[in-house]
Amino acid sequence: MSSGLITDISLFVLAILVGFEVISKVPATLHTPLMSAANSIHGIVFVGVMITAASAHSTIGYVLAFVAAVFASMNVVGGYRVTDRMLKMFHKPPAPAKADPTNEADRP
Amino acid sequence: MSIVQTAVGYSYLIAAVGFVLGLHFMNSPATARRGNLLSAAGMVLAVAATLALVIDEGTITATGWIVLGVGGLIGTLIGLRTAIRIKMTAVPQLVSLFNAVGGGAAALLAIAGFVRLTSGIHGAMTSRTIVATSLDVVIGMVTFSGSLIAAGKLQGWISGNPIVIPGARGLNVALAAVAVGGSGYLIAGSDSGIVLGIVVLCALVFGVTMVLPIGGADMPVVISLLNALTGTAVAMAGFVIDNSALIIAGALVGAAGAILTKLMADAMNRSILSIIVGGFGTGSSGPVGAVGTGGAVRRITADDAAIQLVYATKVIIVPGYGLAAAQAQHEVRDLAVLLADRGVDVSFAIHPVAGRMPGHMNVLLAEADVPYTQLKEMDEINPEFAQADVALVVGANDVTNPAARRPGNAVSGMPILDVDQAKNIIVIKRSMGHGYADIDNELFANPKTGMFFSDAKVGLDQIIAAAKALVATG
Repeated sequence: MSSGLITDISLFVLAILVGFEVISKVPATLHTPLMSAANSIHGIVFVGVMITAASAHSTIGYVLAFVAAVFASMNVVGGYRVTDRMLKMFHKPPAPAKADPTNEADRP
Repeated sequence: MSIVQTAVGYSYLIAAVGFVLGLHFMNSPATARRGNLLSAAGMVLAVAATLALVIDEGTITATGWIVLGVGGLIGTLIGLRTAIRIKMTAVPQLVSLFNAVGGGAAALLAIAGFVRLTSGIHGAMTSRTIVATSLDVVIGMVTFSGSLIAAGKLQGWISGNPIVIPGARGLNVALAAVAVGGSGYLIAGSDSGIVLGIVVLCALVFGVTMVLPIGGADMPVVISLLNALTGTAVAMAGFVIDNSALIIAGALVGAAGAILTKLMADAMNRSILSIIVGGFGTGSSGPVGAVGTGGAVRRITADDAAIQLVYATKVIIVPGYGLAAAQAQHEVRDLAVLLADRGVDVSFAIHPVAGRMPGHMNVLLAEADVPYTQLKEMDEINPEFAQADVALVVGANDVTNPAARRPGNAVSGMPILDVDQAKNIIVIKRSMGHGYADIDNELFANPKTGMFFSDAKVGLDQIIAAAKALVATG
């Protein structure tokens, strides 16, 4: 059991370091979608809800699992959907508009 | 380990890689959407693998299936519906809401585990499980109630101003002490459900009393912090049920939230502690009435502003909280297009804390169809102000105050946009009311500055109309 705990703590610490490393590079432009995306990732709690529901055998266990299932699925599905909606809106300028400034620069 | 368990382990690993790569692709707007889809694919894989595991173990009852299926379906429908219908201006409160339910679910997992293990049939809890359970319950419940309050504040159901309850600080200390004491009692070997109940209750109330006194302008920091807390709660839930997927994903989110919290607090020149302990000043929008309007400021009209803008070569637009509050992102975009069609070089200077959550302004402008290449970050745009003929400040205040460069005042040391370097400055603002820091903005008294007193949306409409008339006649 203790070696299992050490493995779990190692995963925890290393994942935090990976998180710091990956996220530090995200530009401010994308901070809202990033937070929303991170929000969806903690929807992984649904996996925990499935395991908990599988071991529930009492009324209170079922009630807790039910509420948790509603919460977690809302988190994960809604989170990914709204993040995608946001990211879809980020686009480059259309081609002609992009050509304009260069023409402008060439003219004089 | 059975074959299924091994396969599930590898699936979790692949899912974790999906999450990390998904976040990595967030480095650029061009790849960000792909990144999110990759992360979603990882999530689907993790859920599918867990489904296989649950079927393989065969311990789930018929009622368990119904609970999971019906609960999952209801949550999915609510989540999808809100995610599709929500307005982009309301995204911060939606993120806050999803954050609340995530934290709530993580805490409920631990409570369910506690109830099952202390019912006597399955034997006592190990100390490792109970430590993780206590942390999960406390953090999860604080972020659940705290995020709901934050969402309520952003939605306007609860006043955005700091709500100060007399004796709140003492209450918070007492709540924290009881929650920690109760957790300690559980860790020491008690299996009392009543003690757990008290811990849950204290954590819930603590979440409320923690967020209520925090003003609207500090919300970017608070949302980031709550996001980090939920990630941590989910990781703790992973320790409770010994699940690597929850530990890794929760830790990633915890790290993400922690970094963003730090970035936001730095950008506002505030320590995280001082925000949590309770703000100075009176809130974000400042008093609406005139405060010393008769000072040395120069007032201009929509026509004056239009002339300056139309005949400029380079214009930098500085949108702020006031633009988001007035929902004027489409108007500002229309103005930018009008000017760009005249051959004016238009860009947007985005301060890190502009809007109501980190990067919110960028989302609003993206929604209004402004290409992201026009959105410039502070460090990138600051050297360009000196070449700008006009800097148009719409609803931003403290982040443009040159007083920040001097020591000895409320905004000292705060990174600001160098708007005062521009050749001409136009400020659209409802009144001379103070910003969040509650001090005079020296920019407004600058001889180069013209003040156009108006609501952001109405004012921009007037400027657009005036500019169109000008272009038509000229």
